[in-house]
Amino acid sequence: MSRRRLLLAVPLALVLLAPGAGLVGAGEERVIAVTAKKFEFNPATIELKVGEPVVLELTSLDRRHGFRSDDLHIDVTIDPGTPTRVHLVPDKPGRFDFHCTVFCGSGHEDMTGIIVVSQ
Amino acid sequence: MADALNRRDFLTLTGLGSIVVASGLPGQLAAASGPRAAGAADFAFAQLSDTHWGFSGPPNPEAANTLRQAVAAANALSRQPDFVVFTGDLTHTTDDDAERRRRLAEFKSIVAGLHVKTRYFMPGEHDAALDGGKAYREAFGHSHYSFEHKGVHFAAIDNVSDPEGRLGDTQLDWLHTDLQHLAPDAPIVVFTHRPLFELAPQWDWWTKDGSKAIDLLQHWKNVTVFYGHIHQEHHFETAGVAHHAARSLMFALPAPMSQPKKAPVPWDPAHPRRGLGFREVEAERTSEQPASEKLTIAELSLEGAGPGSGASGGRP
Repeated sequence: MSRRRLLLAVPLALVLLAPGAGLVGAGEERVIAVTAKKFEFNPATIELKVGEPVVLELTSLDRRHGFRSDDLHIDVTIDPGTPTRVHLVPDKPGRFDFHCTVFCGSGHEDMTGIIVVSQ
Repeated sequence: MADALNRRDFLTLTGLGSIVVASGLPGQLAAASGPRAAGAADFAFAQLSDTHWGFSGPPNPEAANTLRQAVAAANALSRQPDFVVFTGDLTHTTDDDAERRRRLAEFKSIVAGLHVKTRYFMPGEHDAALDGGKAYREAFGHSHYSFEHKGVHFAAIDNVSDPEGRLGDTQLDWLHTDLQHLAPDAPIVVFTHRPLFELAPQWDWWTKDGSKAIDLLQHWKNVTVFYGHIHQEHHFETAGVAHHAARSLMFALPAPMSQPKKAPVPWDPAHPRRGLGFREVEAERTSEQPASEKLTIAELSLEGAGPGSGASGGRP
């Protein structure tokens, strides 16, 4: 299989990053579409449940952006025309910040959001 | 009104200072218990940072004047430093390429008023990240380079032209080549914009491949890094490499991760320019064998400098 896979075992979630099309693995994953554009993510608040497999489908509407959550060990870039998919299964409740990591202009530092994981 | 400029806040660091002064280990910051006699150092340079020319907004209602205040303050030093270095974010970012060039040109014109004629520049992400450093290089030349000054090797490295905040392997290879001829105890000063270490990645206060640079630098015993980006004084050490952040000359930022969201420290009308300033670094060769260079940092505040461009100050 040519698609690059990267499996990260992290304390707070199981995260599978798979740039390009297609889902990774079997099972029921809820797809959550997230758009990025200067200088916001939409939705900026992503609500998840512990144990629920999801895939964040990240799409840029204008230019390259980044999506990083230190707590969830996610660090990807998002290019226009190529959705970036992040698979994860939260294993702990909490509020986990994410932000853009690619300097994109005067509002770059406001380009943030939060993943809220509930029981 | 010029009192604050006359006051030099000498840096003292618990631990680091005593290590350096007591043992003579090179490369670290020397604690100074008070003002030193003018002329005691072999030479001095001034670090000015994050001038953000073109910024406007409530965090600095004097934004159109602050850079000129800084130039006036530097000119008022009674003994002029050998050179001045600007460690990035010379201008505030703009999406308009023509406006970026205009801001860079205005910045260059204003700092031409410095009495010190030897000036080094480097970009911040506000200058260079949106166009890969093109406009910056047109105005100021290479974004990474090195030079020697009175026995100290200086290297300026660019961790902002890549909008993801990387140095890149090409530049790291260049740095390795640049340093490899130096003796293990050679005094080395590195200028950069972002912190090389992971100060606060959540706030973009790091360099994505900065650990590679630190791994390289720690092969020398006498390395000090001066950087900007975080708009406040900050002092840290990684495996024998000292890192010192400078204040901004536009607006201050809060301590790392001290609040949920990074945002400028509000302007305080009762204390205009609080948190803004620049630094002077004095270098003194304390030993030849082994080589030991003592660096003394004096932080100079713009607070109380007065709203105009005629601020004055000097050594105590």
